[in-house]
Amino acid sequence: MEKHVVVIYPHPDDEAFGASGTITQFRQKGVPVTYLCGTLGEMGRNMGNPTFANRETLSEFRKKELIDACKVMDVELRMLGYRDKTLEFESRDEIAQHLKNILEEIEPSLVITHFPGHAVHPDHNAMGAAAIEAVRLMDPASRPKVWAQAISHDHVKLFGEPDVINNVKPVFDQKMKTIMAHRSQAQGVLGSMNGNAEAAANMEEVAKERLGYESFYTWKFD
Amino acid sequence: MEPIHIEEVQEQLDRLANKEVYVHLETTNGAYASHFNENAYNVGAFIRNAKVNYLHGKIVGTNGTYRVGLKLDIGWVYAEGVNQWELDEQERLLMAGHDREGRLMVALEISEQPFKN
Repeated sequence: MEKHVVVIYPHPDDEAFGASGTITQFRQKGVPVTYLCGTLGEMGRNMGNPTFANRETLSEFRKKELIDACKVMDVELRMLGYRDKTLEFESRDEIAQHLKNILEEIEPSLVITHFPGHAVHPDHNAMGAAAIEAVRLMDPASRPKVWAQAISHDHVKLFGEPDVINNVKPVFDQKMKTIMAHRSQAQGVLGSMNGNAEAAANMEEVAKERLGYESFYTWKFD
Repeated sequence: MEPIHIEEVQEQLDRLANKEVYVHLETTNGAYASHFNENAYNVGAFIRNAKVNYLHGKIVGTNGTYRVGLKLDIGWVYAEGVNQWELDEQERLLMAGHDREGRLMVALEISEQPFKN
């Protein structure tokens, strides 16, 4: 049983697509979960369907959606205040120190983040790298476990199957509610996953097929 | 945002000319472009709060896709593919081009005050 789980991703909705089933399963067992969200997704391309946001209002919508999603998951939310699409240009050490301070305060037993270099989006890779660096900098005696999520096409070929594979279909309704809380993103992301916009009509099926399992590699520090 | 009305946008470009203004210019095909289509190549650029003073600005184009150019005293700012616009409550001129799924592909915005970072 975990003592406290900290989830570290850069964008509002990364948690929904990537780990909300796992988060829900932890919450059902009474494990506290804190989400450290790096940015407000200010540079997202999806503006809602039909469009309701513009480049200047998007961050307000996404902040509201993030808060709503965290209510659905019943997790504590901390917004870290970085800017979308700029994380890889920030100082890795500064972000790692920022994260380390928070981790030392929360003292989690498990950290969930992106697998650096295998998380496709530059912000994912940068956030994952900083999170892992933050844990590495901690006293080995009090380091939490790290589950790193890879979404590149070649990660299984390179590293084998992830060692943690959670079947989240039993809590899929909850995962779907979390995804749908991100109203400006949900349809666009699910549609593009299937490579065609008509998929938006069939989002739940697309989602279940693609998102019914959440997989992680336990990070090895040595 | 609403479809571009060329005369109305031109009026706003004229209003903002010869003033110190802040420009947001961006184009992108998305960070996942080559993840979902191996033939795609990720491209993107953005500049936020570039402080310029343009001599004149002009919008040209037809059939729902437009180009906007701002002539600076020693250079240019230019965007292609804008198809929607609005003048927001802070009188900022926001222009953007979206694809058929409503995703933003290009944005050009001009404001007399800096944009929130």
